[in-house]
Formats: sequence, structure tokens, C-alpha cells
Amino acid sequence: MERILFFIFGFVAVFGSIMVVSRRHPISSVMYLLLTLFSVAALFVLRKSHFIAAIQIIVYAGAVVVLIVFVIMLLNVAESKIPVERPTLAQGVGVVAAGLLMLEGALVGSRYGAQIEKAVDVGTVEAVGKALFTSYLLPFEITSLLLLAAIVGSIVLARKKF
Amino acid sequence: MDLQSILLSLKAIVPEMILTATGCLVLLYDLLIPEENRGVHAGISAVGVITALFSVLWFGSERIEAFSGMLAQDTFGSFFTVVVLVSLLLTLMLSRSYNDWEGIQKGEFYALLLFSSVGMLVMAKATDMMTIFLGLELLSIPIYVLVGFDRKRLSSVEGALKYFLLGAFATGFLLYGMALLYAATGATSLSGIAAFAGKENVFGNTLFLAGTALLFVGFGFKVSLVPFHMWTPDAYQGAPTPVTAFMSAGPKAAAFAAVIRVLVVAFPESHPFLLKGLWVVAALTMTVGNVSALVQDDVKRMLAYSSIAHAGYVLVGLVSGDRLGGQAAMYYLFVYSLMNIGAFAIVMLLSEGEERGYAIENFRGVGFRYPVLGALMTVFLVSLGGIPPTAGFVGKFYLFSAAVKKGLILLTVIGVLNSAASVYYYLRVVVYMYMLPERAEEVRPRPVGVGVALALFIATVGVIALGIFPKGLLSFAESSILSIFLS
Repeated sequence: MERILFFIFGFVAVFGSIMVVSRRHPISSVMYLLLTLFSVAALFVLRKSHFIAAIQIIVYAGAVVVLIVFVIMLLNVAESKIPVERPTLAQGVGVVAAGLLMLEGALVGSRYGAQIEKAVDVGTVEAVGKALFTSYLLPFEITSLLLLAAIVGSIVLARKKF
Repeated sequence: MDLQSILLSLKAIVPEMILTATGCLVLLYDLLIPEENRGVHAGISAVGVITALFSVLWFGSERIEAFSGMLAQDTFGSFFTVVVLVSLLLTLMLSRSYNDWEGIQKGEFYALLLFSSVGMLVMAKATDMMTIFLGLELLSIPIYVLVGFDRKRLSSVEGALKYFLLGAFATGFLLYGMALLYAATGATSLSGIAAFAGKENVFGNTLFLAGTALLFVGFGFKVSLVPFHMWTPDAYQGAPTPVTAFMSAGPKAAAFAAVIRVLVVAFPESHPFLLKGLWVVAALTMTVGNVSALVQDDVKRMLAYSSIAHAGYVLVGLVSGDRLGGQAAMYYLFVYSLMNIGAFAIVMLLSEGEERGYAIENFRGVGFRYPVLGALMTVFLVSLGGIPPTAGFVGKFYLFSAAVKKGLILLTVIGVLNSAASVYYYLRVVVYMYMLPERAEEVRPRPVGVGVALALFIATVGVIALGIFPKGLLSFAESSILSIFLS
């Protein structure tokens, strides 16, 4: 069952990413990107990394994609203005390199796959939450202060009236 | 880790909590008061800092391993906590008047100073790569903003941008180094890395070596060692002068604290390999810093280059690699904070605003017209140059004698020669003050407020008293360094 689901979502993810780069209209590219992100999140769930799956949807699908859509709509690019590119030699080399990288990933995966199999139950929301509020409490709190300082700092530098 | 141990751990971060609370209080209170009263924030912050200092006296000597090995309170951490808090206190006293003169009196200025100091304290106590990294970031980000705080002045923004861009790269190096070390050892805690280095042959382990090298590149940037010093002159010159004074004292001490702890705790076995690298860096840092300072006509920029050279002297203590060297380095860092903040304070008083710069010409004849300012400046410069009876002399004496005892004769010779060369540019200012006729156009020092006067008083008394009676501070430094050597 898990295997079948993996293949379904894996296929959808790859299909979505191919569609992202091949669509001519930016909005449809973004919609396929959303599809890819959701299926990757599903893959995380299959690996019992529930926390990362949730973050994937909240941050990428929820925030980043919305931002991209905003920018596209603000720029208001008409479809006819987008130039059609001819494939160049560099792009060909890029495709080959990407293929080699995928092959390498597959090889590494087949070699160390067994070790990765052992890592279970650390990615659930419960496990992550427990770790964050016990062993990693101090780094968590320092990060919150760091974010506060960064917010204050950026407001100081960016506000109009001084 | 259960609730009980978390509550116990809180005891180790009392000064941090006090500073954080003060920072938040300043931010909130800023909303309630009219614009012209904002100088009060300096007072509020100072109260917070003094409370934190007292809390160090209260709990500081107890050894606590806190937050499951993320951070430890020991005498070593307390020593650097005191250094940072004293520098912060002096900086707050200077900022109040300065911010009025330059029209940048804002609550956020003080809040950012406090938050940055929290980062420094965390860094000084951190016993895990994760907390070291977070402390460093919390230290750096507010400082980037503070350097560019005077937004209407081009040099301030320029310095901030340069510092930010180079600092971001340095952070990348540091984090990459930590990641590689984690990959090699499987541990982020310093003791975990030490356990690995004690077991395996690290010299054949490329990941380990690369990680260590990148880690020290990141640290080298923060304490502005040559060749990672490029940002220093521009950032120091552009920053509001109290911020410059603070940058040369607090962050530097905190970063050195982390370096010492990493060297002592995490790499006790692989010392010789590391120390050879640091030897070269120390020699380069002293030489490049001093030679560049020789040709500066702007006093603020001259002090910026001289601070690079001083980082080199401190590094000599670390290259010695024993208790004596560490103790000398810590003593020097404390003393250096006092004399450097003092020198920057006088420079700040004698300038005619940031726009007009800090040309050495301004110092012509100041010694007779304003005898107190002239005399104080002379004390600070003499101490920076390392001439007795000031604390700067004692510091350099211990640094170089530790190096000689370790047989680092060549490095000591380079250091002493550099120190002699530095006397030229420090005394050049004294010559301008006392031996050259006054300028036709008279320099009017800014009115010396209570805060500035108090800061100058503390710095002067510290520099002279620690020069004549160095024992107390030295034994504090000794017990501090012992607390990490033994743990």
C-alpha cells in the first residue's frame, strides 16, 4: 500500500515539476508548482515526517506560492509578451548534468537507503515538539529573540520618517 | 530534560534574561513618551545592565551545566559576562549625549544594543555549536543595524552594507564549518567533538579538517583577523562613534571567548595543527593592522586599524595554548575594552560632528586649551601603545611573556616590534595635542554631560588602577581559564 502511494505521489511530483517549466503562462506554472509541493508533502507523510509535511504546506504552499502569485499579478505580464526561447547548447548540457545528478542520487540512495530506513518516529509533530521544548529549548528561545531583533532592526532601517 | 532541570537551568541565564527584559521594556516604553524625552532609555538600560552585573556577582561563581549541555555557567563565562556588561554600560553613557548631538535619539538604539549583548553573553557561555552559532547571529544582526543607524549619513549606510554583506558570507563559512564538523563527528557539543578527536586520527579526516578550517574562518571574520579584516575600517568609521567603541570591545571579547572555549574544550588533541595556522594569522594581523594604522590621518580610522592589531596581540596569547596565555589574553581583552572605549569617547567629544570627520588636525593644541581632555587622551593612547604604568603595558607584558615561555621567540619579536611601531601613531596624536600650534579655527569640544564624564572616569581609573594593581583581575582571569581547563 505504502509503495503504491509512493509511486502515485512521486509520479505526480515529477509530472508537476515538468509542467512548471513547460507552461507558457506563469499562473499555470504556479498552479503546477502547488501540485508538486503538495505531492512532496505527501511523500514526507509517507516517511512519517509529519512535521516537515505540515511545514511544507504552510510555508511553501501557503506563503511562498501566494507571494509568487502576488508578484505575477502585480507585474501583469501578458502571455504574448513572453519570448519563446530556442534550446541552446548550455541548456542541453544542463539537462545532461541534471540527469547525472539524479543518477548519483539514486546510487547514493540505494547504498545508504537501509540506514535511512531506521530513522523513524523522529519526524512526527509530537517528537519535534518535545525536542524543541526540552533539549532544544534554549536555541528555540534565542531564535525568537533573534527574530525580534531582526524585525526591530529592519523597521528602524526601512521606515520613512526618522 | 524535565521541568526541574529546566528551572535549574534558568539560573545560568539570569543576566541574559535581565537584559532581554530591559530591551523589551525600552521598546514598549518608547511608545509612551514624547520624542524629546527619549534620552531616558539610556538610563533605563543602564539600570538593567547594573542589575545584570549584580546578578553575575550573585550567581556567577557557581558552575551550572544548563539546558542539556547547550550552555554552561562557569567562572570563564562570568568573566566575559563582566567584560561585555562593563563595555555596554560605558557605551550607554556615551550614547545618550552622542545621539542627541547627531539627532538619532531612538528607543530602538538601546534595545538593539541590549539584544546584541544578550547574544554576546550566550556566546561566551555556549558549550554547543548550536548555541555558539545562535549567539553569534544574535550578536551580529543588531550590530549591522546599529552601524547603519544614522541613515541620513552616507558613510554610516555604506559601512553597514559592507559589514552586512561580508558578515553574511562569514556566517555561511561558520555554519558550513559546523555542519562539516557535525558530519565528521556526529556531535554538535564541544565535548562530543573533543571525544571524537581523542579517539580517531583526525589528521586523516578531511571532513574534520575542512570543518575546523571553515569554523576558524568564520571566527576570524568576527574578531577581524587578517586576512578577514576588510570590513573593519569602513564599518568602524561609518558607525556612530559609541557603536564603534562598543564593537571594538564587546563583540570582540565575546567572539574570543567562544574561540578560547572551542580551542580548549573541543580541540585539545589537535592543537599543534591549529596553533601553527593561528601563529601565521597572529603575525599577519599584528603587522597589517599596525602598518595600515601608521598612514591614517583620521583618528577614528586609525583606531579602527589599531583594533585589528590588538586582536593580533590577543591571538598571541591563544597561540601559546596554555593557561598562562589564555589568562593573559583575557586580561588584555578586559583592559583593551576600557582604554579603547575611553579613547573613542575623547575622539567623539573633540569632533565637529560625523559629517566633518575626525581629522588629526582637530587635535592641534587641544592639550593646553582643554587640559583634562588632553591628559585623559594621553593616558588612553599611552596605554594602547603599551607603556608603563598603564594596564596596556601589563597586558602586553603577560601576553608576550607567556609566548616566550612557550618558546615562540619569533612571534614575540614580531609582536614587540609591532608594538614599538604602534607607539609612533599613538604618540603622533599626543604630539599634535601638545607640541603643535593651535589651528586658526578653534575646535570646540562638545559639552561633557554627566554620563560621558562618568564613563571617562571609570575608563581612566580602570586603565591606571589595573596597570598598577593587576593582581586582582589576573587571578580572576586565572580562575576563569582554570574553570574550563579542568571541566
